[in-house]
Amino acid sequence: MAHAAAMHEDVMLPPSSRAAGAGVYNEKLGMWIFLGSEVMFFTALIGTYVILRFAHPDAWVGHPRTTPLNIPVTAVNTFLLICSSVTMVKAFAAAQDGIQRSLRLWLLATAMIGATFVGVQVYEYTHLIEKGFVPSEGLFGSTFYTMTGFHGFHVTIGVICMTYVTIKAFRGKYSQTDHRGVEVIGLYWHFVDLVWIILFTIVYLI
Amino acid sequence: MATTATGTSAYTYDHGPAHVDDRPFIRKYIFSTDHKIIGIQFLLMSLTFLLLGGTLAMVMRWQLGFPGKPLPGGTLLPETYTNNGVVLPEFYNSAVTMHGTFMVFFAIMPLLVGVFGNYLIPLKIGAPDMAFPRINMASFWTAVPAGLLMLAGFFVEGGSAAAGWTSYAPLSARSDLTGVHLGQIFWCLSLIILGLSSIMGSFNYITTVINMRAPGMNWFRLPLSIWALFVTACLVLLAIPVLSGAAILLLFDQTIGTHFFDPQAGGQPLLWQHLFWFFGHPEVYILILPAMGMASDIIANGARKPIFGYTSMVLAIIAIGFLGWGVWGHHMFQSGMNPTLGTTFMISTLLISVPSAIKTFNWLGTIWQGNITFHVPMLHALAFVSMFVIGGLSGVFMAASPFDIYIHDTYFIVAHLHYVLFGGSLFAIFAAVTYWYPKMFGRMMSPFWGRVHFWLTLVFYNCTFFPMHQLGLHGHMRRIYDPTQYAFLREMQPVNQFISISAFCLFATQLIFAANFIGSWFKGEKAPDNPWLDNGLEWTLPSPPPHGNFATVPTVYRGPYEYSSPHSDLDYLPQNVPMPGGAGAPHPQPAGD
Repeated sequence: MAHAAAMHEDVMLPPSSRAAGAGVYNEKLGMWIFLGSEVMFFTALIGTYVILRFAHPDAWVGHPRTTPLNIPVTAVNTFLLICSSVTMVKAFAAAQDGIQRSLRLWLLATAMIGATFVGVQVYEYTHLIEKGFVPSEGLFGSTFYTMTGFHGFHVTIGVICMTYVTIKAFRGKYSQTDHRGVEVIGLYWHFVDLVWIILFTIVYLI
Repeated sequence: MATTATGTSAYTYDHGPAHVDDRPFIRKYIFSTDHKIIGIQFLLMSLTFLLLGGTLAMVMRWQLGFPGKPLPGGTLLPETYTNNGVVLPEFYNSAVTMHGTFMVFFAIMPLLVGVFGNYLIPLKIGAPDMAFPRINMASFWTAVPAGLLMLAGFFVEGGSAAAGWTSYAPLSARSDLTGVHLGQIFWCLSLIILGLSSIMGSFNYITTVINMRAPGMNWFRLPLSIWALFVTACLVLLAIPVLSGAAILLLFDQTIGTHFFDPQAGGQPLLWQHLFWFFGHPEVYILILPAMGMASDIIANGARKPIFGYTSMVLAIIAIGFLGWGVWGHHMFQSGMNPTLGTTFMISTLLISVPSAIKTFNWLGTIWQGNITFHVPMLHALAFVSMFVIGGLSGVFMAASPFDIYIHDTYFIVAHLHYVLFGGSLFAIFAAVTYWYPKMFGRMMSPFWGRVHFWLTLVFYNCTFFPMHQLGLHGHMRRIYDPTQYAFLREMQPVNQFISISAFCLFATQLIFAANFIGSWFKGEKAPDNPWLDNGLEWTLPSPPPHGNFATVPTVYRGPYEYSSPHSDLDYLPQNVPMPGGAGAPHPQPAGD
């Protein structure tokens, strides 16, 4: 939209020819609002889990001792995902400082760690299914696969978008004054990371 | 229309197009990123679904009025639907389910949010387009496959979903209970896809309203239609993902063998009801708030008076949007709920009548001693207020749990929901479509046929839905294939027949609207820029507005309701006119781009 862009003098600031808005550019505001929607989606899933687990604690009997879940592997995976949030922060800092080389490397690291997380989750799923722990395996199986599956889906989308942003960074599309893509994907990435910390706690640990 | 269609007024000016649109046809009209085109696309899609949903209602009314008699044209339907033209119970269940689903998700909701959210928000706040035009396009083009998928249910084995538009589990979760497997899966998938469309639309609207307002368009100069659409977008944003989550769980129950809602395997059928109505009650306000907002704009225009109590109107919209989250339990008074919890839900529900009543009194205050112009949109808007009052009052009855237990799942509920959804939302939609039609298509709709449509609709609508209260109090169940199977309902059969005949007339009347809509598109009188002498920014633009809307960013000096202003020689004062000094007041000249 050429006419829209023409009104933006400094794209990192709200357009001056407009009434005072939220003080942030559209993409960032839009992502924050979209994350509100995501919060409600995961709330529905987590709420379902909490209700079913309180209603039928026997379906989780023996958990976590007799659990089919391999908690150490997932704990390492959780650590990896938290690390990817750190690399994301470093990438954004590099973008703000305008250091192209470290921006590219940190973005690449984030995308790769994210892909590794998904890979470990696929490995975990195949092992669980081999053991006979399938989605139709009672309430535990139903909730486990739905919640971790949708989180994994979100990470996958995140990795795809992160790859896109990384490619753009390698082409030098982000500058010190305009790096909206990096900041917006960062918001999403941190959100998905945060959701995992909650899911790991309630599904695996408690 | 001589009083309103006065041609160009002193406040309109001829300026060149904001943006010469030389894109090829497919980018301009099919995969368009222009919010106005997307709004019109949504309009055509949702009017089609409105017609489909209405047709299904006719099937239901035939069966209820004349059970066992062959449906006219019924022999043309496949054998799984009719037996020698007589509607089969399975098809009746499908018709009930799909009527509700089409009307709520594919007709009223896109008509209000998809059409007018898209069309009005950028025009009324002085923005060139939405904040994210491409996401806006994606929003429409995900709604279309969702609709087609929902329709496809009719053509697969077992027919379409048949567990009601609320799809209560375990009826919906287990195909052995209804005999519908694929249709129910399509229902879930379709709503999940439609949810994506709604979320893409809603965060776009919210960002646009927050960040894209023209200079001077501060929050308390926004038209009430924009306030209502903004709060509605917030509700859509937060309620739809809950429905998506619930639909996903239901889909998994049907396909991969999970047990969220199947009590035999430890699942919780009530969980579906809680999730569904946690979405479903904000949804009710999604379906009425934009109607209230647009009716406010039209009533102030028709009454030629400033809206009464603008600030209280805004606060009432916000209050309804907020309270709407805490009332879902009133759909579940009969689910074995703890009476203390039931009382809590009863009180929170009754609280909503306060902001609703504030709005109603403000509308009355607006038309009080006004010099009313009864143009077609105004007629529909006034019908909206009157019918909404009836629907609102029966809503207060149902909110009271002792009374609700008596009328739960009877035709009283059907009467109530049609008084708010048809009498409320749909009259406001007719008002809004006839009001903004000249801006959308550059032509006037025929006022004569508009009046004919309005009066016939008002009469047949009341003949159809008012007697349903009586049926409900008599104990007529909400979803029943053949009411004559019970002796106590047999004596009410003449009422049922009266309702059915009125419903057929009501349906036929809507064809007048369809003919007027299509006919005026090609043959209507050319519309002036400001046919209703309205103050809104969109009326300063040509009809239809060019791509990119405004040649220069407009500056806003006041709210949109300055009718009969003593500062103006005319009886209105547009938002972008700098100095109140009458017709000779200097007008902001386009500075060139």
